[in-house]
Amino acid sequence: MPSALPAIFTLVAGWVVLGATGLLLPRNLVWVSRVLFPLGAAVGVAIAVFAGSALALPAQTAMLPIGLPDMPMHLRLDALSAFFLVLIGVTAAGVSIYSAGYFRAGEGAAPGLMCLQYHVFLASMAMVVLSDDAFAFMVSWETMALASYFLVTTQHRVAEIRSAGFLYLLLAHVGAISLLLCFGVLQGGSWQFTFNAMRQATLSPAWASVAFGLALFGFGAKAGLVPLHVWLPEAHPAAPSPVSALMSGVMLKTAVYGLIRVSLDLIHTPQWAWGVAVLALGAFTGLFGAIFAAVQTDMKRLLAYSSIENMGLIFTGFGLTLLFRALGQNTFAALALAGTLYHVLNHAQFKSLLFLATGSVLHATGQRNLGRLGGLIHRMPWVAGFALLGTLAMAGLPPLNGFVSEWLLLQAYLFTPSLPQGMVNMLVPIGAAAFALTVALAAYVLVKFYGVIFLGRAREAALERAHDASWLERCGLAWFALACAVLGLFPVVVLGALDRINTELLGASLGTQATSWWAVVPTSTARAVYSPLAFAAGIGVAVLAVFLLVRGIYHGRVRPSAAWNCGFPDPSARMQDTAEGFGQPIRRIFAPFFRIRRQLPAPLDPAPRYALDLTDRWWDWLYRPVADAVKASADRIGVLQQGSIALYLLYSFVTLVALLAFVL
Amino acid sequence: MPPPNWSSQLIHLGAALLLLSSFAMLSQRRILSLVNLFALQGAVLSVSTAIVAYTSGASHLYASAALSLLLKVFLLPWILHRLIVRLNVRWDTETQLNIPATMLVGILVVVFAFALAQPIAQLSSAVTRSTIGIALAVVLLSFLMMITRRKAISQVIGFLAMENGLFFGATSATYGMPMVVELGVALDVLVGTLILGVFFFQIREQFDSLDLQHLERLKED
Amino acid sequence: MNDILFGGFQALLAIAAAPLLLGWVDQCRAWLQNRRGAGVLQPYRVLRKLMRKDAVIAHGASPLFRAAPYVQFGAMCLAAAIIPVVSITAPLAAAADTIALVGLFALARVFIALAAMDIGTAFGSLGARREMLIGFLSEPALLMVFFTASLICQSTLLPTIVGTLAHRELVIYPSLAFAGVAFTMVLLAENARIPIDNPATHLELTMIHEAMVLEYSARHLALIEWASALKLMNFTAIGLALFVPWGLTAAAAGPQGLAVGIVTTSLKLASAGVALALIETVSAKLRIFRAPEFLATAFLLAVLGLLVHQLLGS
Repeated sequence: MPSALPAIFTLVAGWVVLGATGLLLPRNLVWVSRVLFPLGAAVGVAIAVFAGSALALPAQTAMLPIGLPDMPMHLRLDALSAFFLVLIGVTAAGVSIYSAGYFRAGEGAAPGLMCLQYHVFLASMAMVVLSDDAFAFMVSWETMALASYFLVTTQHRVAEIRSAGFLYLLLAHVGAISLLLCFGVLQGGSWQFTFNAMRQATLSPAWASVAFGLALFGFGAKAGLVPLHVWLPEAHPAAPSPVSALMSGVMLKTAVYGLIRVSLDLIHTPQWAWGVAVLALGAFTGLFGAIFAAVQTDMKRLLAYSSIENMGLIFTGFGLTLLFRALGQNTFAALALAGTLYHVLNHAQFKSLLFLATGSVLHATGQRNLGRLGGLIHRMPWVAGFALLGTLAMAGLPPLNGFVSEWLLLQAYLFTPSLPQGMVNMLVPIGAAAFALTVALAAYVLVKFYGVIFLGRAREAALERAHDASWLERCGLAWFALACAVLGLFPVVVLGALDRINTELLGASLGTQATSWWAVVPTSTARAVYSPLAFAAGIGVAVLAVFLLVRGIYHGRVRPSAAWNCGFPDPSARMQDTAEGFGQPIRRIFAPFFRIRRQLPAPLDPAPRYALDLTDRWWDWLYRPVADAVKASADRIGVLQQGSIALYLLYSFVTLVALLAFVL
Repeated sequence: MPPPNWSSQLIHLGAALLLLSSFAMLSQRRILSLVNLFALQGAVLSVSTAIVAYTSGASHLYASAALSLLLKVFLLPWILHRLIVRLNVRWDTETQLNIPATMLVGILVVVFAFALAQPIAQLSSAVTRSTIGIALAVVLLSFLMMITRRKAISQVIGFLAMENGLFFGATSATYGMPMVVELGVALDVLVGTLILGVFFFQIREQFDSLDLQHLERLKED
Repeated sequence: MNDILFGGFQALLAIAAAPLLLGWVDQCRAWLQNRRGAGVLQPYRVLRKLMRKDAVIAHGASPLFRAAPYVQFGAMCLAAAIIPVVSITAPLAAAADTIALVGLFALARVFIALAAMDIGTAFGSLGARREMLIGFLSEPALLMVFFTASLICQSTLLPTIVGTLAHRELVIYPSLAFAGVAFTMVLLAENARIPIDNPATHLELTMIHEAMVLEYSARHLALIEWASALKLMNFTAIGLALFVPWGLTAAAAGPQGLAVGIVTTSLKLASAGVALALIETVSAKLRIFRAPEFLATAFLLAVLGLLVHQLLGS
């Protein structure tokens, strides 16, 4: 396959065509879900395959005959784009298969319309990573934001969903403005907006920092970096689950792509202070997300906060990359970048899996509130099984995939003492500690997530009627579960592919040691080795041997009985820990993070009611003041609005005269 | 790696133990344990002073090591123990800030102290110059402890620990010039007076409160 | 091949001897508290008794509940194969480093916590919550302890670390003092020992580990108990390997070397057991809300160890 770019572009266009076909029979659910969505999944797989083959090839470029008059759209497929295309393709395939079984009639917008929005969303994400000029990038970026906005507000009749969508759109646009300014700075006086021109441009360090700051803000708003994270926990519960999966799994990653593209490719001389900034921001975001995830009671909000946490981890990895790169330690930068991108890939898999699992739970029970779920492992064994795998992967447990990327990033941390910068040397152990704490908190969050939803006893009688997911949904879940297992067990293959990106962006690679087939060896075998295969085999053999020995020497007799529970008779399902209860220790320890409003019942209240309201302090610290300021200035400007047409014409006249005078 | 230099390694170890004991004090709620930790810190200090004396051959440092042993391991802890028994404040102290947060601030203080000490350490010719940072950190941490505790007695201990840090800095950086030793002793005297001051203050406060209780009891009768 | 056999033998030895270490600690504790104690072999008797009984399983149990003890025990066995107990050549040490080891402990913890929530009793979920609470602080602390050693030895592989630490010119690492204190605190918390949890408690409201396994009986309980003993063994072995690394043999030393290694390790383990019993005897159990404080202190001390390493350059 000498040129994969035309093929990929055709396939991406194919997504749009598929979406448009949905409009032919917009109300026909079978047509849309049983024909178009599976076709979309096939296109996703094809894109992943082509992009995967392009990883090994040198960068390819193309020019489209559309665009602005003297500025056609440029496309470019290099290793970085190819990697993100693989991610988009693989994730889209799983989500599309799942969606084929997921969408039902009578839920919000017409299926055909959704199909269009969904596929345009996919195509725009692919175009974002393919764009090679600022115009094409911004058009794709905004299309992505708009398409996802419409998908979030599928059920637009609900007021909360509309306001969540508005918040999302607002932050997306604030971010987009910042990106536009960033590209304005990056062109560096040449007024050429192709990425190629930007690569050639030489910026003074101060302007480079301005450009980087703008990019960090713009992409940070999309990625959900604190304090620009507020849209995530609102938009995810509002959106249908496959859309949440795509947004969290793929769309957030385009922000990572953008930041990598800008800071390592377009500005090719990063400064170490940027690395420190990204590292600190990422570490704080990660911890913040994990802490908030631990106290959530809505399962999709919990996952949204956990996405914030994972984006934080990804950004710490990228901060390390920048730091190493700026200080000239390219091999270690390669290690950190590989870890970062690996986590990007992993997060797309397990987060999509868990969001899809919540979708199935939501369909089966109609509940998003953790306090009304429980015991679903008995009713929905398939979903529970796949979700267990996703849970373990996301908790960063070996031998699954989450652990591999965390392992790589921790290894990268261990190389920081070789940095020649004294102060940075000292701050990095603190970063490593924050990273480790975040990862450990994630395990807490996930035990809560899985335990409250799937284990224990049903907290509501209605749950007894819950049914397992349909077979198409199961296929989608199985796809991601398989991805989690494969990415966890065969990291060497993935690292080999990631090394191409390292060579391309950093001019350094992990070298041949990384490609011993059975174990990951970042630098040397004396330094660190991790072999997921040996690990999995070890634990598998141990478990099996113990099982057989116990059965062989003793017996396997089982006597079913009522739960013992220290002799307390007939424990009701209400005696189990609630989601609030499980999060309580975290709430106590990290109390300063939250604004807590708690209403405790009086001791002798015959009808006791306990109410707890936890809110994010950033609303008070940042958003409300900004909103108030906007409102105040709007009031002031409102004076101009007088309702008289003559006055408005006068405004136009004065403006016209002023402009003409200016030209004069 | 440089050839293993016993004395400098031991001094490094002493420095680390000093820092460790500072953090232990920062994380300790019980006053009694606080006093014991202070005694331990004094012991570490006197041993490391003795090692510096041995290395540098400055014999007057032996005297100051002995002095700190006597004063900080035996005399002051003994006085404080008696004080605690008298005032009956053996239980937990209230802290202004919770302990992990205090320790987190403490870690930042350590980083700051080291950043601060780096240029100073360049000037010093002593083999143990990297310990200046730790000395500075111990001083600042003791300050932190004084800020975060409510009971006056733990503030005195904080003050004494601060003096430990100063003393350690002086011996390790400059091999304890005679003037520094004198300064140390002078500070000790100062500390002694301060203890007495707080002692009286504390007693008065205690008696006040006791008096109040007496009054209440009288009223009930 | 010889290496693997040798390492496998040492792992099996560790697994078999784990209850003995537990019995020894209990016995020492009994002596220190003026009791006669049940003898060092008591844990074996308990295991034999439990194995023979029929497993009573609550009606609402899912397969996860029955699988968890095996996973936990298997994880601890694998850990025993990674940690150098008697010799430096542990069979799987070349495949999984210290970070993977921390992940392995986390895996066991997550499984047993999930299983505790499975039946849906109040105590089970309470125990699971508390266990995860301890885990989320002790895990990073343990990782930071390992990091300190890793920075010194430029490796995250336990055999390399132990080898470097044991075969050095006697160099004192101040950062290891911090790491040592932090590790001791983590060991106490992870193994449900006294300042955090009481292994002998029968008061439900103060239980952590015991509350999680209340619903287990017979062979499942036996496996869990054994896994706990093995966890104690593993942690003690890690502590010995990091802070008292002398006396471990290599596979090349042959049977004689092995015998010497076994003797030194047994002596070290025995004295560690005495120390553990002493700590447990002189300290009082903390209130549950003080536990995070205790662990946060451990975590921050470990971080401080890293910092001291960076600062002193040693």
